[in-house]
Amino acid sequence: MDENSKKQVSLLTNFVITIVALIGVVILGLLYYVNNPDEWNTPDKIPLEEGSEKNEKVKDTVLANSSLAKLFGFVDDVGMVEVTQNCTQCHSGKLVTQNRLNKEGWRATIKWMQETQNLWDLGKNEELIVAYLAKNYGPESKGRRQNLTNVEWYELE
Amino acid sequence: MFSFGDRGYTTITIFILVLAERFYMKRRDFSKRLTQAGMVTVLGAPIVFSHKIPKRYLPVAFQDPDPFSLFNKDKEMIVLNDRPWNIEAKAHLLNDKITPNKYMFIRNNGRIPENIDKNSWALTIDGEAVSKSKTYSLEELKTKFRPYTYQLTLECGGNGRSEFDPPAKGNQWTVGAVSCAQWTGVRLRDVLEDVGITDKAIYIGYHAADTHLSGDPTKEPISRGVPIQKALQDETLLAYKMNGEAIPLAHGSPLRLVCGGWPASASGKWISGISVRNKVHDGAKMGGSSYRIPCETVAPGSDVKAENMCIIESMPVKSLITYPRSGALLTIGKSLRIHGHAWAGELEVSKVEYSIDFGSTWKACTLEKPVNRLAWQHFTANLQFPKKGYYEIWARATDSEQKSQPMVLPGWNPKGYLNNACHRIAIKII
Repeated sequence: MDENSKKQVSLLTNFVITIVALIGVVILGLLYYVNNPDEWNTPDKIPLEEGSEKNEKVKDTVLANSSLAKLFGFVDDVGMVEVTQNCTQCHSGKLVTQNRLNKEGWRATIKWMQETQNLWDLGKNEELIVAYLAKNYGPESKGRRQNLTNVEWYELE
Repeated sequence: MFSFGDRGYTTITIFILVLAERFYMKRRDFSKRLTQAGMVTVLGAPIVFSHKIPKRYLPVAFQDPDPFSLFNKDKEMIVLNDRPWNIEAKAHLLNDKITPNKYMFIRNNGRIPENIDKNSWALTIDGEAVSKSKTYSLEELKTKFRPYTYQLTLECGGNGRSEFDPPAKGNQWTVGAVSCAQWTGVRLRDVLEDVGITDKAIYIGYHAADTHLSGDPTKEPISRGVPIQKALQDETLLAYKMNGEAIPLAHGSPLRLVCGGWPASASGKWISGISVRNKVHDGAKMGGSSYRIPCETVAPGSDVKAENMCIIESMPVKSLITYPRSGALLTIGKSLRIHGHAWAGELEVSKVEYSIDFGSTWKACTLEKPVNRLAWQHFTANLQFPKKGYYEIWARATDSEQKSQPMVLPGWNPKGYLNNACHRIAIKII
């Protein structure tokens, strides 16, 4: 290999390393942004009880509702915070979100959990929780047999 | 001349992408851990009525969020719930004659026990109807009694719950909460005879090492059982092996009850005690609407009082088309061989039929005998399609007492048990 070729290779190598590093930085930056959108936005404040001593401290550590919804798989709506606090201590949110019940059904479920599963008194939050669940996880009529849905078609050899 | 070229850039970009993805995934895992372990702390928001929440309600300890590697399950299995773990198969995953661990559904009412020590494991038989309670080590059980191996069908009582209308509360199982593995163990009857049971014996109830979801050590998550007649059947085992190997943790290691043909909740996992009762066992999930259906059939959505509910015993006749997977596109003129299994609780399946015209006409499938009582039976048929179009293949099994699977949902019950409506898969002939 003559001097000229060596020089060319060296230049090319430097060029490649620079480009790769730039691409890497941009991609990692983008991924970080996708993963942490809240660092660029002011998070929505979770409703706090009036007069709470911890309010100021809480405001700093509070997570955005949308993040909370994403993490637990709940629909972001009024009452979601209370549902997260009270309904994911013993079981996962999946046990809630896979069910579809009306107000009476959710109320009966809460009562059953209080009688047999050590669920605590939800106090004034009960109505909020029941309303949230019945609104976002209410029953849809399925009839006596549904169509086959979500069929993934594939060619059979 | 040395040239890097486009391909070089592409390769390096992909490499960087892979690295970045790994970095990203690690961060995601970390945030998940944070979520599971201390959401309330992170959340920081005050919990109203927090003074009423007992101390033990701290978020549960972090568990490996990847159930597939944790339990050696196939990636196609469906996770319905991760606390407690509830995982089901899809119909086409159940094509094996003997269900391997990777395709076996997992049903938990509580938390899977941790730190099981097989060497110190003991089984205590007690209750009102034993002459004297007795405790066996695992080793004693294995050496003192003769081992038996049976292939036994275990189906969750709530398999198919997702179809009920109005919807029923609980894990929304579709079709995959059924398995038929090979279980090895000692007969419960032999052990009970060794202990000595009195003529007052009505029922047995199990006690196990799993823990309550609330963390309350005084509560059992589930303690069910079966009538003494079922307990004394040849096939009712205290099993310590599944498919020839030690039982996997999620399926009840080191010792479990196997009562084939009954709701799988009767087959307690991680068994440490059996009470021989002089009455119907009254443990957790024996009362209310748990594993019980209205004694008299009711209109959908009815409110049924606890005293009008009866315990589910033998599971109803049912079948599953396990080959092909739903969604097959088939060229006109080709024939299609279907495979599947059928089972009928305590009974045998006497015939299986299929329909390709939405139940208008039915044709017989070839049906094998069970390898032993309470094992599922395999069926197969060779199908021809007259013309192009959308088809559904329906399968319908009939038990030895001439009861067949319904084509629509069977009788509604508050907790959505016993859905044995015929299985359907979609096919297009092109």
